[in-house]
Amino acid sequence: MTEVLAARARQVARAGTGGVDLDCDRQSTSGSVSQRACTFCGSRVVLYPIADAIHLVHGPIGCAVYTWDIRGALSSGPELHRLSFSTDLRERHVVFGGERQLEESLDELIARHSPRAAFVYATCIVGVIGDDVDAVCRAVSERTGIPVIPVRSEGFQGSKRKGYDAACEALMSLVGTGDTAGIPRHSVNLLGDFNLAGEIWIIQEYLRRMGVTVVANLTGDGRVDDIRRAHGAGLNLVQCSGSTTRLAQQLRQAYGTPFQKVSYFGLDDMAAALYGIAEHFKDPEMLDRTRALVAEEIATVLPVIDECRADLEGKRAAIYVGGAFKAISLVKALRLLGVRTALVGSQTGTAEDYRYLAELCDPGTVIVDDSNPAELSQFMATEDVDLFIGGVKERPMAYKMGVAFCDHNHERKVPLEGFVGMANFAREVRASVCSPVWQFTPRRARAGRSGTTAHTGRAAAGAAIEVMC
Amino acid sequence: MALADTARVAAPTPVRSVSTTNACRMCMPLGASLALAGFEGTVPFLHGSQGCATYIRRYLISHFREPMDIASSSIAESSTVFGGESALVDGIANVARVYRPAMIGVATTCLTETIGEDVGGALARIDGCRPEPADPAADGSVSPTGAAPALVHVSTPAYAGTHVDGYQAAVAATVGALAEPGAPTEQVVVLPGLVSPADLRHLREVVDGFGLSHLLVPDISDRLDAGVAEEYQRLPPGGTPLAEAAAACRARAAVTLGGLVSPGTALAGELLEDRFGVAHHRLALPIGIRLTDALVETLEGLGGTAPHWLDAERGRLVDAYVDGHKYLAERTAVLFGDEDLVLGLAVWLAEIGVTPAACVTGGRSGRLAAELVRLAPELDGRVTVVDDGDFAEVEELVRALSPDLLVGHSRGYPLSRALDVPLVRVGLPIHDRVGAARTRHLGYRGTQELFDRVTNALIERRQDESAVGYAYM
Repeated sequence: MTEVLAARARQVARAGTGGVDLDCDRQSTSGSVSQRACTFCGSRVVLYPIADAIHLVHGPIGCAVYTWDIRGALSSGPELHRLSFSTDLRERHVVFGGERQLEESLDELIARHSPRAAFVYATCIVGVIGDDVDAVCRAVSERTGIPVIPVRSEGFQGSKRKGYDAACEALMSLVGTGDTAGIPRHSVNLLGDFNLAGEIWIIQEYLRRMGVTVVANLTGDGRVDDIRRAHGAGLNLVQCSGSTTRLAQQLRQAYGTPFQKVSYFGLDDMAAALYGIAEHFKDPEMLDRTRALVAEEIATVLPVIDECRADLEGKRAAIYVGGAFKAISLVKALRLLGVRTALVGSQTGTAEDYRYLAELCDPGTVIVDDSNPAELSQFMATEDVDLFIGGVKERPMAYKMGVAFCDHNHERKVPLEGFVGMANFAREVRASVCSPVWQFTPRRARAGRSGTTAHTGRAAAGAAIEVMC
Repeated sequence: MALADTARVAAPTPVRSVSTTNACRMCMPLGASLALAGFEGTVPFLHGSQGCATYIRRYLISHFREPMDIASSSIAESSTVFGGESALVDGIANVARVYRPAMIGVATTCLTETIGEDVGGALARIDGCRPEPADPAADGSVSPTGAAPALVHVSTPAYAGTHVDGYQAAVAATVGALAEPGAPTEQVVVLPGLVSPADLRHLREVVDGFGLSHLLVPDISDRLDAGVAEEYQRLPPGGTPLAEAAAACRARAAVTLGGLVSPGTALAGELLEDRFGVAHHRLALPIGIRLTDALVETLEGLGGTAPHWLDAERGRLVDAYVDGHKYLAERTAVLFGDEDLVLGLAVWLAEIGVTPAACVTGGRSGRLAAELVRLAPELDGRVTVVDDGDFAEVEELVRALSPDLLVGHSRGYPLSRALDVPLVRVGLPIHDRVGAARTRHLGYRGTQELFDRVTNALIERRQDESAVGYAYM
């Protein structure tokens, strides 16, 4: 039996038990120990990979220090994004206002680093002390001649999703300010890929082989000048749909650019993404090139996947990640490895995402929105999972319970996108699941089996979910 | 080569910037969360936006490699207008239901401090309307013992200080809130500061060795360095027992290790002395012979007798100093991190012949330079001390001084890599190595481990730079 707080009763369900209609995209329940961060986090993760801009966090030091170079968004050139800039507000600023501190910080940092733009992130207290961030940004922009863009990311505004919206708004203010001359018809922008572990370079290489030009990365390995001319692209590709679909919609509305939602995780979704692009441009030769590319890439990675599948067949996994779109790809990718998903959830999924997940997953699979350690740990036990796929905060929880773990979040150092990414993913999963260390953990020691043997004594899955008063 | 090698440029005082680049400190709620996690059955609770709790969890999880549940009131925009009390009340009720804690430690954040939340009042109102003990299960908000959780409150606006201030403020607030005056006890309260689980275990062993009844306040050693369990431990076992923390006000003495914090943040030891008349001894973190000897003298002064094994450890440490001194002669280091740790390390490095040429901390006590010279007079005029510094300043100093070594936490790695200066990792955070919780800094034993690491880092550098490739050094 798993206990869930009454306030969260409509954020947990099981697939196959009628219509799954989660009450999501709402403020986290107080005291639930949500795994989510805040609005600021949403804005910061979307914008920060723009490598030739200054990212100035306007507030006391915490927000800047906890987001200093913590995501492996790689750059092929400048690395300004890896520095942590803060106005570092003090008591006197809280009393007398922080506008002057912001203005002087901007002047100082722009003079020191010569960025192509500056983003100013408003943190919680900025809204409360009443700084006119817009006015300061305007003044500094006029003085320095570079875009200085306010991001309305006060943490209390809502969930991480709200921060995505603020980031999209900031990006929209840049798009349309550059010259689009010379952009070919077969061109795209890459939205919602943050180039973790160099992933965007894998996708760019596929596109190059297909004959597609990338205009702007939004935002992995991103450059301000590219983003300014992004409205000249023929198509927008939206990966990580939670964060940048809104931007794609705005670009369609403002510039008529169509968009496609894509996922670069797993063989099926990766191939579907590339075919979708080729079909969009209605170029038979491009379609031929794409077919050849997909066949070649899959032939390269299939032996690795088959080998891993032999070791992983029959294992059970829990997935808890930031965005539901990624969770969907992960369910499919795990299936390819013979691994059944017993629990799947996300921090920022929509009701539609969860409905789709419920259809995709086997009956009985737990579907959960905005979960927490108490729930996740109970489900890990009742569903007797062998593997957890999540981020830094979920890792020690899994390890403490003797469950293998694969980091599919910002700390990953191995690219998991693309066809090669699927092979890497298979290896990552196997490296943990098949480690001999699990035999010594109490959970596995009691069951009398090591991490590599077939399941015996499986706990009764499908246990009841009890709502607490 | 040798001559050029030892020629040093005097360090300029770095340029002070308006903005901060790559901060050398964390925020007050982080320190408070860590301190509160060191009390038995306690859930730290941050009254503010959801992100504060989550970011701090992530940061500490990456250091300790342990689960770290921190609750949040997750206040929304409406709360910034109408107040966040209902979110606080709901949040506490939910934590009580799910965790059944013995205590919930509520720390504020910049947001709730700025909108002027009356957290103390709100907690008192919650306390006033709880179910009678006769019906403890009325709303499920009871600890396994059947009692409603104790509620303590600490004010930790991020803009008012560093994580160390937040830590000390939380310890003081908890000790003050739990205090139950009564008959004096024989206990010595040890207030260890922000040190590692391995340090805490060693401190216990040392004070035990003196035959002194003692209490560590707080004690994260078991809660943030635990074994693998079959079930998830929502309340990891261990931590300072609340009943014993309540008796701290009756202890015969309190010993604060470190505590070089900003003016305005009273230490728990000061509170115990001022309010309850407990004799308070304040020492630097015991790193090196001199500073550990000071702890030994204090414990002897409290009637304890140094155990033989401690004398033996001291003897072996002096022997190691002698064996290694030539590798260290005329070497220099740049230190960064928490004030207390930097102070202890700098005084220690001086006694082994390494000059701590620059000491940069994010602290603002304004006392580090004077304390350094008081504890290691030989350093007078030889150290550049930067308070309230950031890594832009550390970089400037490293470029100017060309030190042989960096000593600090893992945030110094980018600099170590860029400027090719070896980094010896100490303190918090250590996000790029395993074993942060097992890193020992304190006592003769901790010093021995530091000594070996520092000396070997210098030997390794010399070996790597040699064209010969000596297999003996």
